[in-house]
Amino acid sequence: MELDLKKINLREVNDKLQNLDRKQNQRDFTITNPEGNHAICAGLTEEMNVTIKGHVGYYCAGMNQKAQITIDGNAGTGVAENMMSGKVHVKGNASQSAGATAHGGLLIIDGDASSRCGISMKGVDIVVKGSVGHMSGFMSQSGNLIVCGDAGEALGDSLYETNIYIKGNVKSLGADCVEKKMDKKHVKKLNKFLKEANIKNLKAENFKRYGSARKLYNFKVDNIGNY
Amino acid sequence: MCGIVGIYLKSKKFENSLGGMLSDMLINMGSRGPDSAGFAVYKEDEDENFKYSLCLNGTDYEKFKKEITNKITISNIEKNSDHVIMKSKDQPSDVIKILNKNFNEISIVGYGKSIEIFKQVGEPKDVVKKFNLKSFSGTHGIGHTRMATESAITTDGSHPYSTGEDECLVHNGSLSNHNNLRRKLKKAGINFNSENDTEVAAGYISSNLSNKKSLNNTLKDGLKDLDGFYTFITGTRKGFAVLRDEIACKPAVIAETEDYVAIASEFQAMAHLPNVNDAKIFEPEPGVVYSWEN
Repeated sequence: MELDLKKINLREVNDKLQNLDRKQNQRDFTITNPEGNHAICAGLTEEMNVTIKGHVGYYCAGMNQKAQITIDGNAGTGVAENMMSGKVHVKGNASQSAGATAHGGLLIIDGDASSRCGISMKGVDIVVKGSVGHMSGFMSQSGNLIVCGDAGEALGDSLYETNIYIKGNVKSLGADCVEKKMDKKHVKKLNKFLKEANIKNLKAENFKRYGSARKLYNFKVDNIGNY
Repeated sequence: MCGIVGIYLKSKKFENSLGGMLSDMLINMGSRGPDSAGFAVYKEDEDENFKYSLCLNGTDYEKFKKEITNKITISNIEKNSDHVIMKSKDQPSDVIKILNKNFNEISIVGYGKSIEIFKQVGEPKDVVKKFNLKSFSGTHGIGHTRMATESAITTDGSHPYSTGEDECLVHNGSLSNHNNLRRKLKKAGINFNSENDTEVAAGYISSNLSNKKSLNNTLKDGLKDLDGFYTFITGTRKGFAVLRDEIACKPAVIAETEDYVAIASEFQAMAHLPNVNDAKIFEPEPGVVYSWEN
């Protein structure tokens, strides 16, 4: 079913998708003419496939649960922020704070993501096929952040237990973020994500893994110099 | 908040629709700044006059026109709502002196051989209508919609700010060291009309440019000297440049096609532009100067 944002108001479109008419059994939707509008497909809670044809504004697919949302264009600030489950696929680039605070689900970005990608993520898995900007993974708590390109300054600053995998160069690591050993179990896990994101040309073994040195988040006075 | 927009034409194709393109961008960015709006449009004067953009601030136009004609040689003078575009071949230093001495209540919004600036308090959609921005043609233009934070909602507090010939600046963000910098620049002979932080940044840029620094180097030095959050668009006679601070909290999106380069705080402000969906769309990287010039 096509939902044209030039003809139907954004609130109506979101309302329709948030409150599916179960009698109709319609689970496939295409949104046309998004024109950079904010909060498209925010707060969906049921299994459905939505394709958005064009560029979206802020907080697209925010708070998503169960829905599979594809953005055939670029996404503004905070795409899939606070996602709980489901899958969000951005075919272009994403702006800052992609996947911010998200608890679950899978976010795939085919292009680059700018600064603060995965900030405070709490369990989501994020795969960026391009590069990420500065402060990515800032204060991230759990989940996996996989970057096939490079990472900007202060990667993983003050992070907790997120696993960060980077294929390219890291400009600098943030406070308490260190490189960690890639064990077989990490290679296996990373392979699963690469497969899910349909990445065939890269080998999991060539990625580097980063995580927390665990000196900051349990406060010990002996570590005061590290803050 | 605040919204900033800019458009630079790479070909002549859209010169007559520049005003219309800029107008729709500003109206869309009304959601980021409902307090005041302003724009600068660049169009070379065919007769090489200096153009002065003046805000009447309640002064009687006919009376002003009569009096100023006796004091300087005017090639053309035209009223547009509460603004006046006055053209003259006299030296700007003399004209500005005469205006300041005899017409205290009139503000000089900007001057140069190409720039025309209009700004006023009110919702962007009303401001662009009032000055009929849609009817403007030109080579490039920049605009601003303001959500006032650190200084009052007045015409003087509205953007764009111009403190030098054919130069102007719009800003989304806030500067924290503007008082110190203003004091330094005042000592160096730069005049300010408001308490606004952006006016200080505009003064800083003009001061550096008048010391023969290039726009690129001026903006790079700005990264060290201007403390705060910002996305700037700075316009010159030849084009414009964009700079975001290194933290890059303040948004910006650029769309580039064969015919134009457009920049806005949010993509939605550009969604109406011709062939925008085929444009190269990217975010300017933090701390990197981007410029387009003819």
